[in-house]
Amino acid sequence: MAVVAATPADVGDHGGGQGKQGRPSSPLGTALAYFVGVVIVVITVVPLLFVILGGFRTTAQINENPSGLPNPWVWENYRAILTSRSFWHFLMNSALIAVVATGLTVILGAMAAFALSRYVFKGREVLYALFTIGLLFPLTVAALPLYLQLRRLGLLENMFGVAIPEAAFSLSITIVILRPFMRAIPGELEDAAVVDGSSRLGFFWRVLLPLSAPALTTVAILAFVTSWNFYILPLLVFNDSIHYTLPLGVATFQSQYSQDTARVFAFTALSMLPTLLFFSIAQRRIVGGLTGAVKG
Amino acid sequence: MSGGSRATLRQKEPLPDVALPAPRGLGRAKARPSLRQGAELTLLLGPALVLFVGFVLVPIGVAVYYSLYNWQGFGPLTDFIGFGNYRRALSDPVFQHAIWHNLIIAGLSLLIQLPLSIGIALLLNRKMRGRNFLRLVVFAPYVLSSAVTAVTWMLMLQPGGFIDQLFKGVGLGSWVHAWLADTHLVLYTIFLVATWQYMGFGIVLLLAGLQGIPHELREAAALDGATAWQTTRQVTLPLLGPTIRIWIFLSMIGSLQLFDLVWIMTGGGPAGASTTMATYLIDKGFRSYEFGYGSAVAVVLFVICFVFALLYQRFALRRDTAGALTRMVR
Repeated sequence: MAVVAATPADVGDHGGGQGKQGRPSSPLGTALAYFVGVVIVVITVVPLLFVILGGFRTTAQINENPSGLPNPWVWENYRAILTSRSFWHFLMNSALIAVVATGLTVILGAMAAFALSRYVFKGREVLYALFTIGLLFPLTVAALPLYLQLRRLGLLENMFGVAIPEAAFSLSITIVILRPFMRAIPGELEDAAVVDGSSRLGFFWRVLLPLSAPALTTVAILAFVTSWNFYILPLLVFNDSIHYTLPLGVATFQSQYSQDTARVFAFTALSMLPTLLFFSIAQRRIVGGLTGAVKG
Repeated sequence: MSGGSRATLRQKEPLPDVALPAPRGLGRAKARPSLRQGAELTLLLGPALVLFVGFVLVPIGVAVYYSLYNWQGFGPLTDFIGFGNYRRALSDPVFQHAIWHNLIIAGLSLLIQLPLSIGIALLLNRKMRGRNFLRLVVFAPYVLSSAVTAVTWMLMLQPGGFIDQLFKGVGLGSWVHAWLADTHLVLYTIFLVATWQYMGFGIVLLLAGLQGIPHELREAAALDGATAWQTTRQVTLPLLGPTIRIWIFLSMIGSLQLFDLVWIMTGGGPAGASTTMATYLIDKGFRSYEFGYGSAVAVVLFVICFVFALLYQRFALRRDTAGALTRMVR
């Protein structure tokens, strides 16, 4: 699912920094905690391993014993997909759309949040309230109306037809996160910038944006992950498989090659890979960003 | 040149309504600073507003208009049928079932996922080896796309596949069912898959909430002679309230919009047994090109989400978010 942006919230510290505390532990409770921990890890990891290992088997091996290990290990499935054009197409499309959607969200969101946090003008709160409406319903709900709108604008079969609406829907949570952050930056800094001859926009560009980097990272991660995993909008907007994103590609591949099970395993495993890789590199930021953005 | 003079005013809330220019009141503004502020505001807010209005608000508004017509998506809208589409939707047993299915998923989340997540979070909120690793692993399914999750579980659940073998292996062969083809079972299978994908997020969220509770409070309760269970119930859980309320909000909105998993795994079948409001919407509006009717269904879905979100925010989240907004972001 896409990340459902929910409510005005802050980004707290839960990078595990406060891990010192915790309950005074009874040995029984601790034993139970380890047991439950192991069970959860097994339940989480087994389906992923099953798919990854399945990609190293042949369809005959899989049919014979679905839960067996590769014997012998077969590289053919992975090789075939990595040398096929469609996989790389899907990957590139996903990346392009996610980058455009994230860029639009962060740039436009930061500009709007700056205006809504550090300017005083009539109707400011009304405008802010307007932007928060987007938090109240997910894009899925608006998918069909959005499709009709995109058709009117001639944006079907066009990556911007996916990236722009994703950015529009991400604007709400972005502004809700950025506004209190930008507001909390002391006014003295702005005064100092003005004294030094800076305009307000200059202050925004040279002082406020760099200071807002942590919050900007959070909203960028939110927007990127949401876009990368999004399914329903590409499904409606793209007919030609040349435009497909990875989620759309996985679902389609699965139904097209249902006879060649091993190939489906390999394709699915490969499309997990970028996500899992990105996640393990930036995990602290991602976990902090995704939970922080919705934490009350 | 212009900004500095208002630097002190700006910090005051609520805003003093004195002679401050309207955002785009360029015509009336006389003083140069106002003119300049108007231009800056237009530059800063304009693009975001255009995007938001054009791709969030207008589509919904136009959908309301379309929903009053019988329209196949091409040609002018001439066949005005008033609330006919709404009547048809609300009296269609398939749509009624779809609403019911969403409610079942939402109810199961509250009854099963929530207590389980809280229990696990409480259990794991202690000094233990590998807790960060555990958080990481548990969170991983959440960042996968639901398309990948759907295909993964279709492979796991194939008749005679991994799950079936697992059941047979532990002597529960009689429990094996056609997980995705049995009309009585399919919705619950999908619920379990959704649980696999989203529960880790909830656990990590609740763990973060638990770490925000000062442990002195628990120690004080313990000193006063409270048992561990009493402390948990009367100190920890109430303080975890805001996090739990956020969890419920996310979970309910997620349940109402459930689409990807169902669409890929079953397409809403067999025989409509796993149709949700969103799959019904796409099926009707998109596959059969009934855009007028589909728009009506979209509006119904939108209203349900919107009303739920507003009521929930008004009555359950208000205190929490009021505090959250004023707190600093890291």
